[in-house]
Amino acid sequence: MPRALRRTLVNLTGLLVFVVMVFPVYWMVTTAFKPGLEITSYTPHWWPHHPTLVHFTDAIHSGYFWRDLANSLIVVGAVVLLSMVLAFLAAVALAKFRFTGRRAFIVLIIVIQMLPANALVIPLYVVLARYHQVDKLSGLVVTYMTFVLPFAIWTLRGFIIGIPKELEEAAMVDGNGRATAFVKILLPLVAPGLVATAIFAFIQAWNEFIFAYILLSDQQKQTLTIWLSGFLGTSRGTDWGAVMAGATLTAIPVIIFFLFVQSRIAFGLTAGAVRG
Amino acid sequence: MSSTGHAVGAAPSGPLRRHRRLERARLAEGSIPYALIAPAVVVIVAILGYPVYYLVRLSFEHYGLFQLIAHKGQWIGLKNFTSILTDGQFWHVVLRSVLFTAANVGLTLVLGTLIAFLLKELGRFMRMLVTAALVLAWSMPVVVATQLWLWMTDYQNGVVNYLFTKLHFGNFIQYDWFANTFVGFGVITSLIVWGAVPFVAITVYAGLTQVPAELLEAAALDGSGAFRRFRDITFPILKPIFVILASLSIIWDFQVFTQPFLLLQQRPDPGYWLMSIYAYEKSFGISQYGLGSAIALVMLALMLCVTFFYIRQMIRIGEVDR
Repeated sequence: MPRALRRTLVNLTGLLVFVVMVFPVYWMVTTAFKPGLEITSYTPHWWPHHPTLVHFTDAIHSGYFWRDLANSLIVVGAVVLLSMVLAFLAAVALAKFRFTGRRAFIVLIIVIQMLPANALVIPLYVVLARYHQVDKLSGLVVTYMTFVLPFAIWTLRGFIIGIPKELEEAAMVDGNGRATAFVKILLPLVAPGLVATAIFAFIQAWNEFIFAYILLSDQQKQTLTIWLSGFLGTSRGTDWGAVMAGATLTAIPVIIFFLFVQSRIAFGLTAGAVRG
Repeated sequence: MSSTGHAVGAAPSGPLRRHRRLERARLAEGSIPYALIAPAVVVIVAILGYPVYYLVRLSFEHYGLFQLIAHKGQWIGLKNFTSILTDGQFWHVVLRSVLFTAANVGLTLVLGTLIAFLLKELGRFMRMLVTAALVLAWSMPVVVATQLWLWMTDYQNGVVNYLFTKLHFGNFIQYDWFANTFVGFGVITSLIVWGAVPFVAITVYAGLTQVPAELLEAAALDGSGAFRRFRDITFPILKPIFVILASLSIIWDFQVFTQPFLLLQQRPDPGYWLMSIYAYEKSFGISQYGLGSAIALVMLALMLCVTFFYIRQMIRIGEVDR
């Protein structure tokens, strides 16, 4: 195949992938800005001819948007804070020490991550119902720890291992103890990984659906994801402009955060795979 | 783990004293990892141990609404399991889930790998553009993407309906995508694959950049075609990555719930029941928590079998301590 033709084909395929990946997101955002008549016209309007913010005001004034947003922030904040502290300590143990029971611990956190949420939610519901913790945000925080904590331990372990042993040893040879070497050398180097893992934990908790859907039935106690899933979205004659505005609002914090950490997380999930 | 660092740090004041200090240091060092993992272990056991124990116990009990109010199940032995395993519907659900998982995982891996190779071929600018698009799609929350898919396939104004009709794939105006389960699963699959491909593509691409170019060039000079180079050089090097990606995809797709559940307006009919929806319908739909637990356990057992190699690989990775 001539080089020029091959080049063109490759670029065209690249363009196709680009369009398929971007178009749904583009369609969400543009729909959110289109006036109602442009949304329901027989021939789609490919961009908003008369952009409007009315759907966004509709969305934030509907139901318990602000209440649910606050709930999401409370739950996610608590989950991230608690799990990062616990996970960091455990990850250091896994990455820097050999000890009896280490293998069992690794097996434990890997298998836990495979437990389907649908399986766990059944006993959690029954147990929480017994202690009247259904419809409580605290109950949700506890259930979120079940998937955020193991993930955070495993990901952080990957980041800590990535730090060259020589750096740490050099610090110790300089006359510092292990703890000092740790704080001086390890912590600054691992900080980006720590931030990345925290952000990814945030995203996971923010996006979670099953636990929140089943455990929180009180409308005032729901999270933003549940709000969005039920937002005018289940009948014909749905106000799609408002739904897409709500969807855009729900996605924005995640997208922004994700752009920051994406490259690190892709690495964290498979860290050590090629070497191992 | 060596303690040479401490030996250097210890003051040399007589061989015996030094020996004792070393011993103490070693003991202290030995307990550090346990102190570090203790909080995490305590929390995991507390928040997971009990529910998992309870899941198993529930699967041996009759636990309906009455029992939920009375806070006490009724022991019925293996009856939940026998009633599932002899239920024709259960086997349909298992088969449907397996086929669904195979299709989704297969498509995700193949398309992801192809896009990874495409990224390698592309020039700098186009590669950046496509990567940005991948990351954008990857970052979309599942519930957001599901609402978006519902809108794009809307009965009245779905843009996909319009495009498919314009492209002469048939008449999709006022077309109900979920009337036919095969088509409906196609829509569900498109959503899942769209969301999952970026992770695979970007990870495989990162792996591809690690494959030594000299090896590939040498093979090309020897006259190996692109497929042989992939089979004999690239694939073996990337195999651990593929094992992990395949296993994660299987884990995610076999227990998928949110996408089909929400696309089907939160009340999927039995033709759409996958394992997770089946467990949900039995436990929360008709309040048979014991039966639902038994289904969940069978689902978990199936998953553990399929992902055996993944677990082994991850443990191997964990064993490498630096």
